[in-house]
Amino acid sequence: MAVTREDVLHIAELARLGVDNARADELTKELSAILAHMDVLSQVDTTGVPATTGIGGEGTPLRPDVGVPPMMERTLESFAPSMRDGFFIVPRLATHEDSAESGA
Amino acid sequence: MSVEFTKLGAAAIASNVRAGDVSPPDMVRASFNRAREIGVGRDTLNIYLHSDEKASLEEAEAMHERMGSSADAGVLAGVPVAIKDNIASLGLPTTCASKILAGYVSPFEATAITRMRASGALIVAKTNMDEFAMGSSTENSAHGPTRNPHDVRCVPGGSSGGSAAAIAAGVTPLALGSETGGSVRQPAAFCGVVGVKPTYGRVSRYGLVAFASSLDQIGVLGRTVDDAALGLETIAGFDKLDSTSSNVPVPIYRLSALGGPPPDSKSPDTEAIRIGRSPVPLPPPPTSKTLEGVVIGKPKEYFPESLDASIRDLCERSLDRFRSMGATIRDISLPRSPLAIPVYYILAPAEASSNLARFDGVRYGLRVDPGKGLKAMYEATRSQGFGPEVTRRILLGTYVLSAGYYDAYYKKAQAVRTLIADDFKSVFASGVNAIFTPTTPTTAFQVGAISDPYEMYLNDIFTVTANLAGVPAISVPIGRVRRLPVGGQIITGHFDEYTMFRVAYALEAGLGAEAHQ
Repeated sequence: MAVTREDVLHIAELARLGVDNARADELTKELSAILAHMDVLSQVDTTGVPATTGIGGEGTPLRPDVGVPPMMERTLESFAPSMRDGFFIVPRLATHEDSAESGA
Repeated sequence: MSVEFTKLGAAAIASNVRAGDVSPPDMVRASFNRAREIGVGRDTLNIYLHSDEKASLEEAEAMHERMGSSADAGVLAGVPVAIKDNIASLGLPTTCASKILAGYVSPFEATAITRMRASGALIVAKTNMDEFAMGSSTENSAHGPTRNPHDVRCVPGGSSGGSAAAIAAGVTPLALGSETGGSVRQPAAFCGVVGVKPTYGRVSRYGLVAFASSLDQIGVLGRTVDDAALGLETIAGFDKLDSTSSNVPVPIYRLSALGGPPPDSKSPDTEAIRIGRSPVPLPPPPTSKTLEGVVIGKPKEYFPESLDASIRDLCERSLDRFRSMGATIRDISLPRSPLAIPVYYILAPAEASSNLARFDGVRYGLRVDPGKGLKAMYEATRSQGFGPEVTRRILLGTYVLSAGYYDAYYKKAQAVRTLIADDFKSVFASGVNAIFTPTTPTTAFQVGAISDPYEMYLNDIFTVTANLAGVPAISVPIGRVRRLPVGGQIITGHFDEYTMFRVAYALEAGLGAEAHQ
């Protein structure tokens, strides 16, 4: 199944990865080549075969379903890009530029 | 000291420290002297990303004052250890060799490191790696490739290439790496050292930066099988901070060198060995009965006609040694193994695309803000912070999980993973105790020699199945081809590291000096 340039731009947006035009062309070729090797799986009969969603389970007791407070030896302020009053500061959520870009 | 230090195993160093013959600061100095002598910096072998000699010496001196030459100083008393840069450490940065985490120092410590330090180990460095453990050559590091100490034109393998090279260069006797598809065993093979990936759940993943959570495990690298056994014993076991860690008891793997089943782990004698108060009895030299009753499987899929003839010859020599020590060699088949690379390179990127979503410039690490809102900040941070291979895998993972392709790729790969794991179950249920294969299809290749991503992925062809099946596996040096090391792989059933180490100890003893010739 060949990946198209539109696919690459779409998944790059889903993954929040900025990809310029030249790189999008390279990635289209690279991902198509890689996925061509995956097509062999379509020939494997997996009727009735359960999916492996995790390995092991032997000797893994359930714990109470409560969060464990992280053991922090340093403060959030020591590594966060931007903080104020105990909150992470991020750029504004939406702008006219965002709307213009997504509509383009 | 320096010459002697590069030859001593971890157990011998700890034993000398406990006896008071050398001190922990002596060992830290010896490690840093060796690092200077051979060159571990960016312009030379490029093994270390972060180290702080002064801080390491202070820690060693504090330990010396606290413990002196006490018998209770721990099984790793005074042993310098190098740690892969994706395992969270308190003192040194944890950057996964990525620009997106440049300068990041973790506010917590991985359980594996905490346990090593509690046993007396001294952390001396964080080692180079493929960015976020994605690669098989350590060329994908934002800091440039690590060089193979056996031939600086060659890669050390990857992704734990820095840790493997640290052992090969004699800088530390023990190192931690991590595995998702062979990232400890493959570099161990390329660097002529021992590397072990435990059963999934055997070692806590707490503090290991997540790549593909259903596959990731911390592993151990050492000069000898004994180093690897001692290292794994120290870090293995249940951890309430990782709900996928197992409470299956941890035997003393070093005792597997004596043959037979594991002794009662609760007896006082065994406990004294575990904490380092009593030595492990010296194993007898190998005889025709060393592996009596052990059935070793030779899977045909791992010895294809295309396999390098010299590597095949070295594997056959190892199999002959197993026979001469009383083992039975049985031809077996793991028919779905050839599907492992496609399965792995769907599942691992899929999980990675989710795990790496956390690197978004909000809570830690790099932030690049072009001033055009939140989405633009995410995109700029991630596109400038991640290197080409990480970007490729995130996109690959996003693609196979996206609407329309989920069933054809991701769900299909999960089902085939079940079939691959079933192959291993059937073989072990048929009376096979261990499986022997080459660790890699080739020896170390030259830096820059492989540019096609899929060709690079094929380096994992013999190692990735153990990760998909969750079983333990170890790579042991079995000789050299054109001066470069070759590794042999021993795989056993879930939580049967004891048998894996027993066979590995026997192979190491059976080959003797030939393992490095």
